[in-house]
Amino acid sequence: MTDAPALNVSGVTVELGGRRILDDVGFRLTAGELTGLIGSNGAGKTTLLRVILGLLAPTRGTVEVPSDGRRRSVGYVPQKFLLDPDMPLRGRDLVALGIDGHRLGLPRPSRARRERVQEMLAAVDAEQFADVRIGRLSGGEQQRILIAHALISNPRLLLLDEPLANLDLRSAREVVSLLARIADEQRIAVLISAHEMNALLPVMDRVVYLADGRAACGTADEVVRSDVLSRLYGHRVDVMRVRGRVIVVAGDSDDAEPTHPHSHDHGIEVF
Amino acid sequence: MDAVLHALVEPGFLSSPNVRLALAIGGLVAIVTAGVGVFTVLRGQSFAGEALGDIGAAGGSSAYLIGIGPLWGFLGISIAAAAAMELIGIQRARGRDLATGIVLGLGFGLAALFLYLGTTQSNTTGAPVTILFGSLFLLPSSNLPLVLGFGAGTLAALATLSRPLMLVSVSPELAAARGIPVRLVGAAYLLAMAVAVALSALTIGAILSTALLVGPAACALRLTSRPQRAFFAAAGIGVGCTWLGLLLAWDSYYWPPLHNGWPVSFFVVTLVLIAHLASGAATARRPHGRSR
Repeated sequence: MTDAPALNVSGVTVELGGRRILDDVGFRLTAGELTGLIGSNGAGKTTLLRVILGLLAPTRGTVEVPSDGRRRSVGYVPQKFLLDPDMPLRGRDLVALGIDGHRLGLPRPSRARRERVQEMLAAVDAEQFADVRIGRLSGGEQQRILIAHALISNPRLLLLDEPLANLDLRSAREVVSLLARIADEQRIAVLISAHEMNALLPVMDRVVYLADGRAACGTADEVVRSDVLSRLYGHRVDVMRVRGRVIVVAGDSDDAEPTHPHSHDHGIEVF
Repeated sequence: MDAVLHALVEPGFLSSPNVRLALAIGGLVAIVTAGVGVFTVLRGQSFAGEALGDIGAAGGSSAYLIGIGPLWGFLGISIAAAAAMELIGIQRARGRDLATGIVLGLGFGLAALFLYLGTTQSNTTGAPVTILFGSLFLLPSSNLPLVLGFGAGTLAALATLSRPLMLVSVSPELAAARGIPVRLVGAAYLLAMAVAVALSALTIGAILSTALLVGPAACALRLTSRPQRAFFAAAGIGVGCTWLGLLLAWDSYYWPPLHNGWPVSFFVVTLVLIAHLASGAATARRPHGRSR
């Protein structure tokens, strides 16, 4: 079975207030693959997600996303948000809003709807806490509910904005393996933005690495290399692999040589 | 049994046409404010509700001055204020609080002026109390179809928007990504709130109007974790507080020593407070751990 591209980003440039946020970014995603959108804060990850979601028009370039008729077939999980613990909405209700939350009128409860929600809750292992108010769930539990909310409309592309930020290591691992399973079983393309790459390394099929608005794409072995990242950053960057983890050491852009990691805390990015 | 009932309900309560009208209008308004109030509380917009009520005082009093029904004044100014708030973007207390405070103060300042001018002209001292604190027993029966129409319209709009509004309230980002026009939904909701506040001002007065908007809804949200049940619970609590308040106000005509009746609004807001404390106690007594 050959999968059509689930996302085609080509030549996307975004300029906001005279500042170039994204510079000629292009890549494709294939269904069934899990891709990491990696970059430090301010590299343009959130801007790129907003362009893909259609919330921001690029200055130049095009984005092709899958669609079912008129609706874009894209699921989205925003960054963890703070919810009032008293908000009267159970995880189950939020997942149900994933089916028809954009529609007008009162929801019509039906057995098929309830069963679909239950099925989705099971798929993300969220059955035990499905009846708790979402504001009272832990970060990892909220992520699962939000993933189920995004997936229940059967999108062909799933975008997640920093889903692992604020999660402890165990929850992060669980969410990552869940996403890998979903990409594989449901044959959808999953794009996960993260400033920390190591949690994604074991499952990531491809990397879109953003630095100063420019992107390098490929498998982790192709992209996360000293020569590729040095070219991307425009100055020397060293990539080290230590016990299965990746450490990227970057100097300041003004320096010809990388500074000593100890002398510049911000100069070392431990991925 | 008859004697107990007689002791609780002083004679003539249900046979008085004024009481029947007050029960009908008060009940309808409580249902509408309950529906709108559930979203006011969960969106954290009770500040905006309070602001609309404060400014509404100027509307009610200007209506009195030019000789039209206060409901039209409440509605007109409250909707205009909602539109202004949407344009300027002041819906929550944070930021711009000084400017907001001064503008809200102006609402009462204008109310003071209009009421002064109105009472010196016509010499009816009851108007300030009616505008600021409401007087359910004295409403003209021509208000009933208006309350019914505006109330039904508001509830219908709320039902129509319920799902997108819920998503927008959970996360504007999530809603926008689904193609929901976040700003438009927010503006429509603010309009519904303006109408609800105006109706509430008609029954318990401009100053107290938010008590009926957010009080029963806040109780309901403590008691249930489902939006639809919260609406029915809030409506029940709101109607209960209003009707019981009417009954107590009626009974208070017979209370010693003065025998001249206490204002309905006093009883309604006191009952709302009691309901709020009771709902707090009810949730605190639940088994510990992660309650639903």
